[in-house]
Amino acid sequence: MIVIVNYGLGNLGSVLNMFKRIGAPAKITSDPREISEAQKILLPGVGAFDVAMKRIHEAGLFQVLNILALEKKIPILGICLGMQLLTDNSEEGGMEGFHWIPGKTTKFTFPDGSPLKIPHMGWNEVKEKNPSPLTAGLPKPSRFYFVHSYYVKVADPAHSIMTTSYGLEFDSVIRSGNIFGAQFHPEKSHRFGMQLLSNFAGI
Amino acid sequence: MLSTRIIPCLQLIDQSLVKTVQFGHHGYIGDPINTVRIFNELEVDELCFLDIRATVENRVPNLKILSEIADECFMPLSYGGGVRDALTARKILEIGFEKIVLNTADIVNPELVTRIADHSGNQSVIASIDVKRNLWGKYHVYSHDGTRKTDMDPLEWAQRLEHLGAGELLITSMNQDGTWDGFDIEIIKRIVHAVSIPVIANGGAGSIEQIGRVVNETSVSAVALGSMVVYQKKGMGVLVNFPDKDKLSEILPTGRI
Repeated sequence: MIVIVNYGLGNLGSVLNMFKRIGAPAKITSDPREISEAQKILLPGVGAFDVAMKRIHEAGLFQVLNILALEKKIPILGICLGMQLLTDNSEEGGMEGFHWIPGKTTKFTFPDGSPLKIPHMGWNEVKEKNPSPLTAGLPKPSRFYFVHSYYVKVADPAHSIMTTSYGLEFDSVIRSGNIFGAQFHPEKSHRFGMQLLSNFAGI
Repeated sequence: MLSTRIIPCLQLIDQSLVKTVQFGHHGYIGDPINTVRIFNELEVDELCFLDIRATVENRVPNLKILSEIADECFMPLSYGGGVRDALTARKILEIGFEKIVLNTADIVNPELVTRIADHSGNQSVIASIDVKRNLWGKYHVYSHDGTRKTDMDPLEWAQRLEHLGAGELLITSMNQDGTWDGFDIEIIKRIVHAVSIPVIANGGAGSIEQIGRVVNETSVSAVALGSMVVYQKKGMGVLVNFPDKDKLSEILPTGRI
């Protein structure tokens, strides 16, 4: 069973809907006990970094998730803000991230008059840096739907699975062992997202 | 590179899909669920649904039909029509829609933009502006499905909406709606320059060339298509379709996959 962690932020229905279409058993819950028994975790998220970390702490999920990630080593996938939470910290706030994948989350800044808008919103391509079971079999090129104002740069290039260009090159899929992150919304990215989530279901 | 989004913009009246001409006469298109299945197969960038009569008929959004739509779609979705409060907006977002479109509600109650943006982020609010050019070339903002003229200037209103927290603007030309005659390039260009948030051009799409023209001449972030994606050709029968992706990629600066 894939457990979609509900901490009050994110479009959870769409993620569940795509797992249903794939035929992968999944459920949405905020109950720490149910989460602690998960075989796989999907950490969604839309919104602000600090709000998300605070809610995770308040819901008693911080330690539960750390045990799953670092001791039980079950597969964990963070999407959008959920991926940014895997890093050390974010310019968006002062709270600490999970530190599971060393890296920083930084705000996009473009000079005045740049045609690039913030957030980076819409369909963009991904470039493979390192192979991974999450991204195996994706068509080349693949495109995904992004909505974000902050981007991730991992400290160790080996943790960068895919990158995307928007004014600069940032990490759009990251991985360290059993921990995965995707900056885009696979649940809103047609067959490309479906391939990725069905890979996750099969890991 | 980020692609210019091409968005089928579908008009609902409760459970039926329709298409208007210049905000007046509407033709019946069919059942929305079958239609969204086709757009999902066609892998369109995004879908926008507007219940054009919800406000004037004093209806609330039909959550049942919206939830059936969300179950069929694996692309970003937006909905507008009869959203008068933040709680309703939140319910629609929870169903699986990414964005709420406000038109009359943001004129009646501008704070609603801010309330939804504060809770769910600016990217979740599309402020829609219906504009009409009069015989002397002056533009006015209209509300209530184009039935009420306001004294607001479209540019000032666009800037105010950005300030209130809207993440995107949907600009619909009432003169061009359903005509297949091309976009109102002038007003789109002026609004794109007046704000820093993405603008979606709507009203008048009839050919790939016209899509190319509005994108290349105004730098809009997205283009909405109405008649073109639900009819075979102007004056002909219903056919749910999408412009040829190879032809679009030739004409758009950013290409597509």
